[in-house]
Amino acid sequence: MAVIPGDLELVAAPPKQRGAVATYVRRHPTVVAGGGLLAAMLAIAVFAPFLGTIDPTALSPAHRLRWPSAEYWFGSDMLGRDIYSRTIYGARVSLSVGFSVAALATALGLVIGLVTGFNRWVDAIVMRIMDGLMSIPAVLIAIALMALTRASLQNVIFAITVAEVPRVTRLVRSIVLTLREQPFVEAAIASGTTHIRTMWRHIVPNTLATLLVQGTYICASAMITEAILSFIGAGTPPTIPSWGNIMAEGRAVFLVAYYIVLFPGVFLSLTVLAINLLGDGLRDALDPRLARRL
Amino acid sequence: MFGYIVRRVLATIPVMVVVAVFVFALLHLSPGDPAAIIAGDNATSADIARIRAKLGLDEPLLVQFGGWVWHLLHGDLGISIFTNLPVSALIVQRIGPTVSLTISTLLVSIVAAIPIGVLAAWKAGTWIDRSVMIFAVVGFSVPIFVLAYILIYALAIATNLLPVQGYVPPQDGLGPFLSHLVMPSLALGMTFTALIARITRASMLDVLAQDYIRTAHAKGLSNERVLLRHALKNAAVPIATIIGIGVALLIGGVVVTETVFAIPGLGRLTVDAILRRDYPIIQGIILIFSAAYVVVNLLVDLSYAILDPRIRY
Repeated sequence: MAVIPGDLELVAAPPKQRGAVATYVRRHPTVVAGGGLLAAMLAIAVFAPFLGTIDPTALSPAHRLRWPSAEYWFGSDMLGRDIYSRTIYGARVSLSVGFSVAALATALGLVIGLVTGFNRWVDAIVMRIMDGLMSIPAVLIAIALMALTRASLQNVIFAITVAEVPRVTRLVRSIVLTLREQPFVEAAIASGTTHIRTMWRHIVPNTLATLLVQGTYICASAMITEAILSFIGAGTPPTIPSWGNIMAEGRAVFLVAYYIVLFPGVFLSLTVLAINLLGDGLRDALDPRLARRL
Repeated sequence: MFGYIVRRVLATIPVMVVVAVFVFALLHLSPGDPAAIIAGDNATSADIARIRAKLGLDEPLLVQFGGWVWHLLHGDLGISIFTNLPVSALIVQRIGPTVSLTISTLLVSIVAAIPIGVLAAWKAGTWIDRSVMIFAVVGFSVPIFVLAYILIYALAIATNLLPVQGYVPPQDGLGPFLSHLVMPSLALGMTFTALIARITRASMLDVLAQDYIRTAHAKGLSNERVLLRHALKNAAVPIATIIGIGVALLIGGVVVTETVFAIPGLGRLTVDAILRRDYPIIQGIILIFSAAYVVVNLLVDLSYAILDPRIRY
């Protein structure tokens, strides 16, 4: 059969590319859905001032408790503040807490896990401490730390990080202990590679996939913890609009104005769902053995 | 077996020691003068001195810690700064609603989650399995208070089926007691249910792939018998483990659930203590909750031998 090469290329190339995207979406629907939703939330947080919002802290006593309308898209609260603007700006607080805690907790957990995995003495002491800390529910650690410090965004991030670090440490340590038995690590140690270099070149790269997945779950759980802390009055200061704060303020008037609680609640749930979906998808992609089971 | 139980019980001691040290150290790790922070922004220096003396903060650290542990071992958790009542008395007063809520949530979650997980594993790959997985991911993502308010709106405000909030002790009538617990248990248990259902499914899938399951099917046993007698029994250990670990989620959630539903339990006590910076109460509650968590996980560990007779210590 005579086929002109030029025709073949022209016809075949574009559908192939479209097919690749479609295949990816079909194979990893959760990564695409979660990633897309999270990207949308990030965009909302970044472009908050340009999304038809007004000053989220502006009071307007004449327009208290207005139901959602053309003027107040998500209604207004008992001080006349615009719930839409507060919810949109609230995305900044929730996402920055989630991402900061995920980054800090995985980094700290990685360092402590590496050291404990390589030093028997440090291991014996540090892991007993971590066992103890892990037996205190994470929310309670955060509550205890927040009760003793002044309410600020940094303190919230610090408190939730402290609560999350023990689990990451345990995870990293278990990976390090497995890797230490591997021939390539034994070979590196036998050939006189320093511990620091062995960790950096052989251990750390092998923990990254697991830590990335763990990081997404920490991000989601940190956002929920921030909302819980703010909701019970031990979190982000009331001057900063966070989803937990908006819901806490709406609690008193829930019976007459449930929309104040509804909108930030929906945004929080969707964001946490997006991150969890992304985490599940990443885990499946990075560890195919687990993929079909969980 | 007896030796194992003794060793396992003794192993909880160092854990509780770390918890105690952490709870004690909290006051001293905080930046600035803890007495001044507890007293608040409008306190006079006399107030601060009074709180410092009350908490024993003017004594050497080791003396403070020794005294604190000594009192602790005698069941004395200190005196509340705000109410001047013993913390242990306040905790005893408030523990009933929290225990009722936690136990009813545990029961509801386990009774709902295990059949769901078993069903999903049995019908793996079908739409039933898919809906269970969607439920597991969504249920794990919805924060307790969001779900709580959805339930309040749907079951109390719109339809008047259940009381909006509050708590009725069981001695004032079993009906009102249970009806006040339905929504809090559902809200608190959702995350827990999703987690258990997911692990049950995963654990069952592992077991259902085993040869002896095929043998059981081949000798003509009914599906129910294979699933419950042969598969679920062998899948029980990971499920028990996740129930133990998940109790931490429940304890954290109790604080929020009691706030939303106005239940006068330990969670509510915690929130009030935070707002008043009543630190002895917060310390006491962390100790109690952590001890409960440690004991639950101790029982889970010991239950392995019953769940799986192959496990011998």
